[in-house]
Amino acid sequence: MMLKGVGLKKYFPARRGFTLGRPPGWVRALDGVSVQVAEGETLGIVGESGSGKTTLARLFLLLERPTAGSLLFDGTPIETFGSRDLARYRRAVQAVFQDPYSSLDPRMRVEHIVAEPLPRDGGASRAVRRERVLEVLQLVGLRRDSASLYPHEFSGGQRQRIAIARALATTPKFIVLDEPVSALDVSIRAQILNLLKDLQERLGLAYLMISHDLAAARYLATRLAVMYAGQLVETGDCDAVYTEPLHPYTQALLSAALPLHPSARRRRIVLTGEVPNPMNPPAGCRFHPRCPQAMPQCRNDEPAWKEVKPGRFTACHLY
Amino acid sequence: MALLEVDHLTTHFFTRRGVTKAVDGVSFTLDTGETLALVGESGSGKSVTCLSLVRLVPEPAGRIIGGRVLLDGEDLLTKSPAQMRRVRGKQIAMVLQDPMTSLNPGLTIGTQISEVVRRHQGLRGGALRTRVLEALSRLRIPGAERRLEHYQHQLSGGMRQRVSSAIAMSCAPRLLIADEPTTSLDVTIQAQYLDLLKDVQQATGVAVILVTHDFGIVAANADRVAVMYAGRIVEIGDTLDVFNHPAHPYTRALLRCLPDVERKRERLVEIGGQPPDLIRLPSGCPFAPRCPEREPRCETEYPPAVRLGDGHVAHCWVAPGAEAVRG
Repeated sequence: MMLKGVGLKKYFPARRGFTLGRPPGWVRALDGVSVQVAEGETLGIVGESGSGKTTLARLFLLLERPTAGSLLFDGTPIETFGSRDLARYRRAVQAVFQDPYSSLDPRMRVEHIVAEPLPRDGGASRAVRRERVLEVLQLVGLRRDSASLYPHEFSGGQRQRIAIARALATTPKFIVLDEPVSALDVSIRAQILNLLKDLQERLGLAYLMISHDLAAARYLATRLAVMYAGQLVETGDCDAVYTEPLHPYTQALLSAALPLHPSARRRRIVLTGEVPNPMNPPAGCRFHPRCPQAMPQCRNDEPAWKEVKPGRFTACHLY
Repeated sequence: MALLEVDHLTTHFFTRRGVTKAVDGVSFTLDTGETLALVGESGSGKSVTCLSLVRLVPEPAGRIIGGRVLLDGEDLLTKSPAQMRRVRGKQIAMVLQDPMTSLNPGLTIGTQISEVVRRHQGLRGGALRTRVLEALSRLRIPGAERRLEHYQHQLSGGMRQRVSSAIAMSCAPRLLIADEPTTSLDVTIQAQYLDLLKDVQQATGVAVILVTHDFGIVAANADRVAVMYAGRIVEIGDTLDVFNHPAHPYTRALLRCLPDVERKRERLVEIGGQPPDLIRLPSGCPFAPRCPEREPRCETEYPPAVRLGDGHVAHCWVAPGAEAVRG
């Protein structure tokens, strides 16, 4: 099974105050991104705020409709799906969000939170649903009697386990992890990262992991996609990208991440300037105004997406 | 004499549920030009320690109930509110996590910096303006003249944090308290900001208390590090010593449980359990219930300070050398 996005674009109308008619401009949150996630792998999507990673996740979760491009589920474009296929898609593609304090309804018992994505057809299904809830609670390491409690009775790490249980309830194939450990305390992060890894091995899950935490992405991801200003700049095997980043932006981004030891100081590539305005991105390569290796052609020609080495793709005129 | 000497600082919150021992006997010293990182998880007491130093603990629930905070030998805890107002902003300045909320959205950047300089240095007119522009350019804020007229919403996150730092540094404080200054910033902007902070520190000799939960930031920026857990400093020492020879089981566990950008870890070593409830702290070592190396006495008696080397101290019954302290 394969989840694929082809040429995905998402533009949001940029309005100021109360205006009617044509918006004065478009925020190009996502501007032509193609990615795929295969069964059992973890695609890490890293980038800074405004790079479009969350918009990409929202497209895969059908929370936004793409302005252009399409999503393919097992090779079939989802625009052609009827309601039954869409329901199947939603069961197969689930999500875990960043903040378990806001992603769980405080007025619902855990049992109902976890059961919510389960289909409600048939009369006998009540017992079946409850059985499934208890099963997934155990999978994520929570006790069976957690089912009758409310979210406030749990700590942050346990809440994230509840959110993971809810995502697992429909036996999905893909889970979108949107910053799954960013809101958690450091001593709890390892518990959740390990749990996600174990679940993947046991259940053959594929993850699409959105993260600005480069260390967490390195731990979980098997493939990495780096985004900048609404576009992909580089993809490849996770370890290969970390050890030998090709695109100058990836190089700068990774050099800014702080290693965990004082003597491991590395040469930092300091970027000047700021992320471009998404309403009016620069011509040519979007990174050229900040790129330490920019050449004249970078200003005008948008670099093509190409395979530079086996399995390593980037869009840069250097290659 | 050290610039700052904190001795058994104790700050409790009196709530309906009971007494929260947010800071429970914290002691450390800090020299001019030095950076001390306070590192720990949420609820470990890092921020309340900082608020206590400047006496901004939210009252009436929170109260500093004991200890001393000596800045240049003068105890800040015995000063009157009016005297404290002269210390804050002038001798001790603070940079907070989120510049969106620490800057006033209704005032221009220029007005906000001028306010501090006028109050503490009594400057007016041209001299005031010159000093404000200096403050902005020290934090390498481009187009300072233009920025004076700007509001915070016209600035990016990184630029906002530079402006709050410019405000903090405008009166040449002796001590800068930076409470998670880069948590709301992107990695490349975080790197820029931390480099800048280091340059400013080198130029001015300001001492910095850097509060963070990120060991990468500690490794890259701190001369010394204090690891906090449940309202206490459980280990303190030179950054290199603590990273190379972590003595407290909590420090060791933290360093093993973190993913690293440098290399792929096969499996993270988890710390089981949860941080303790500060209202019902165990009588012994608060980390004992989660500690893989605990002994019976850990659960009944708080461990003594074990000196492991020059300025490297850990509070642990099983730390190497604890034998000598026992008895």
